Amino acid sequence: MDLASTPRTEAFRCGVRRFLAEHLPPGWRGLGALSVAERARFTPRWRETLREHGYLGVAWPEEYGGAGLSTLEQSALQEEFVRAGVPLLPLPTDPFGFSLIGPTILRWGTEEQKRHFIPRILSGEHRWVQGYSEPDAGSDLFALRTSARLVDDAWVVNGQKVWQTAGDSANWIFVLARTEPSAARARGLSLLLVPIEQPGVEVRPIRTLTGEAEFCEVFFTDARTDAGHVVGARGDGAKVALTLLGYERGAASGALYAGYRVELERLIELIRSRGLDADAGVRRRLAWCWSKVEILRVLGLKTLASVQAGATPGPESSILKLYAAEYHARITELALDLLGSDAMVRSGDPGAAKIGVDPLGTPNSPSAWQHAFLTARAGTIYGGSSQIQRTTLGEQVLGLPREPRPEGGRT
Amino acid sequence: MRFGPNEEQAALRTAIREMLAEHANAARAAYSRPDSRLWERMTGELGLTAVGVPEEYGGTGANFTDVAFVQEELGRALAPVPFFSSVVLATRVLLESGDAGILLPDMVAGKVLATAALVEAAGDWTFAELSTTARPDGDRWILNGEKHFVTDGTTADVLLVLAHAPQGPTLFAVRVAARVAMDALDATRPLSTVILRGSYGDLVGPPGGALPVLDRALRAASIALACEQAGGAAACLDMAVAYAKTREQFGRPIGSFQAIKHLLADVLVDNESASAAALYAAWALDHAPGEAPALANLCQAFNSDAYVAAAKANIQVHGGIGFTWEHDAHLHLRRAISARALLGPPEAHRERIADRILSAPTGESR
Repeated sequence: MDLASTPRTEAFRCGVRRFLAEHLPPGWRGLGALSVAERARFTPRWRETLREHGYLGVAWPEEYGGAGLSTLEQSALQEEFVRAGVPLLPLPTDPFGFSLIGPTILRWGTEEQKRHFIPRILSGEHRWVQGYSEPDAGSDLFALRTSARLVDDAWVVNGQKVWQTAGDSANWIFVLARTEPSAARARGLSLLLVPIEQPGVEVRPIRTLTGEAEFCEVFFTDARTDAGHVVGARGDGAKVALTLLGYERGAASGALYAGYRVELERLIELIRSRGLDADAGVRRRLAWCWSKVEILRVLGLKTLASVQAGATPGPESSILKLYAAEYHARITELALDLLGSDAMVRSGDPGAAKIGVDPLGTPNSPSAWQHAFLTARAGTIYGGSSQIQRTTLGEQVLGLPREPRPEGGRT
Repeated sequence: MRFGPNEEQAALRTAIREMLAEHANAARAAYSRPDSRLWERMTGELGLTAVGVPEEYGGTGANFTDVAFVQEELGRALAPVPFFSSVVLATRVLLESGDAGILLPDMVAGKVLATAALVEAAGDWTFAELSTTARPDGDRWILNGEKHFVTDGTTADVLLVLAHAPQGPTLFAVRVAARVAMDALDATRPLSTVILRGSYGDLVGPPGGALPVLDRALRAASIALACEQAGGAAACLDMAVAYAKTREQFGRPIGSFQAIKHLLADVLVDNESASAAALYAAWALDHAPGEAPALANLCQAFNSDAYVAAAKANIQVHGGIGFTWEHDAHLHLRRAISARALLGPPEAHRERIADRILSAPTGESR
């Protein structure tokens, strides 16, 4: 596995930097420095700028309106955007359109589906959320019960999905539903594309531990979608839904690293501003955080090298997920320790809170760090909990025997 | 940057692995009757004394990644050989001193085994208070003092000794001195006390100029040791996984229980981190020297902890058999806990990282 930063990639990176220098507003300090209102004004305009210059859907083939970039170029692009503190996927629904359902349609969809859906993701006409988890199907995803049956020329969907990030601004949802009731667990599922704006679909916000509604739940009562809106074959939904998660983690590792670097710089400022830079315990914990972030960079480079060498990312991607989520829980807790008694009080500019790592420019305030600390609790749960990742690594990478499943229910 | 071995490295790795398999009992024998034949064969048949040494001294070329792969393999098997002492530590001190020509060709040829005698009873790797002294005597120097924790100090032909000269900390090559074997917890890496009572030494590097030389040499040594630790940790995980697949309790293999599975998954994540970090650091030493000092501290601290964690987990997974003398699990634990202390504790390495981060201008904490 060689990781060569080719002259072509470096030239591409320079082009990205030039684009950012030319198009970011004067005096740009990062998305985190914008108020909620400023962010609401900036985001759609920025998305249009990206679209005009071919920076949306960069991984997709050119014939579908993408830029056909290599994994290495995508990684460089993401990294440069994170460093500049500006989103590459501006709308809260964009990550689901561009990183999940878009690639899934391109991999498994029919030509007709590609021609119909891909341009609409690019234009922003279709704003997507995922519909995987259910109240009784979290870690045990394939126990899901939302059903769909074909009535004449439409799927009729009934059930409930939960944990939709940005569910309040979406108008389409990709739903993993049970279409073959007689087949066992994972074999009875199909991936359906369902419009949200119809009488049979209701979206309700979920208020999380931060006090804000960062997620939604979606109820389906005889909701309908076109019979042709199934991605891949009927009954292949599990395979279709899960194959592309690994690719996404591979290209995103550079951005993850860059994001953690931005956050770490903010923590260093916090340590200095509170006069803790001579405290031996703080120094060691800072060094530990720095080391974990640098190791993440190396693990990311290794993943990129193997993707570049043509390997299909497999269960090893669980290493990055587990590593990153657990790290983020630790560094945000360190930040609250540094705040001392100020950790008990909401104070200072909270910034425009979001899920995940705070962008460049986020205020260095108790409120902002408290929010980061609280949302980091979700990071070790969503997208496969740390326990599920450990089971995946134990069984699929180390080859340890599976936990016996009752009724032989193998997934 | 390359994350796997190239063809030559892979071939050497296989050859080392095969030879170690023929000496499978070597690590255990180190506790009773050491097997000196293994190192003779590694020198004579595999040419390990030439690995990573510049060609002008008869080596295979200055490629530290070569050293990294050898160390990982030796660490995996707990090979009781003086590779780290002579081919890494002493060799790097000589190369950084600018006086490599006086000894290195003979070391590469297998005629001379060398090691470095640097710390004293307090085990202080900052060398802040050296009690060993050196005074000039014609062309030579006379040394007095005691050096401790000298790896392979009893068998080495030449000791590179750090002593306080009138000009400041200085390195000397000493051939004749009293050595007393210490009762090492990890017998696969023998430790000695070196007693200098008017012993003669020859100058290595500039008088008073030892500290910058050692700073660079120990950077390389820290990375090499981290590679060895990554190899040891990998061996612990392999042993634990193999046992967890076959050992049955409550009617099923213990590896099917999440309590075991999740423990080993955590070891896997740390091991992957340790191996990638050390290999990248080894690459950086040659190709991104600006990054190397911080990476050396990073991987020495991280891999020390990772190896100890893996060795402990291995014993835990093996249950009762894991804490017997007959099982090899404790050999790794002894190596892991000793290697963690060998070049200074993780806390000291993290302190150096913190120092670099917090003294850098804002936004440049790399």
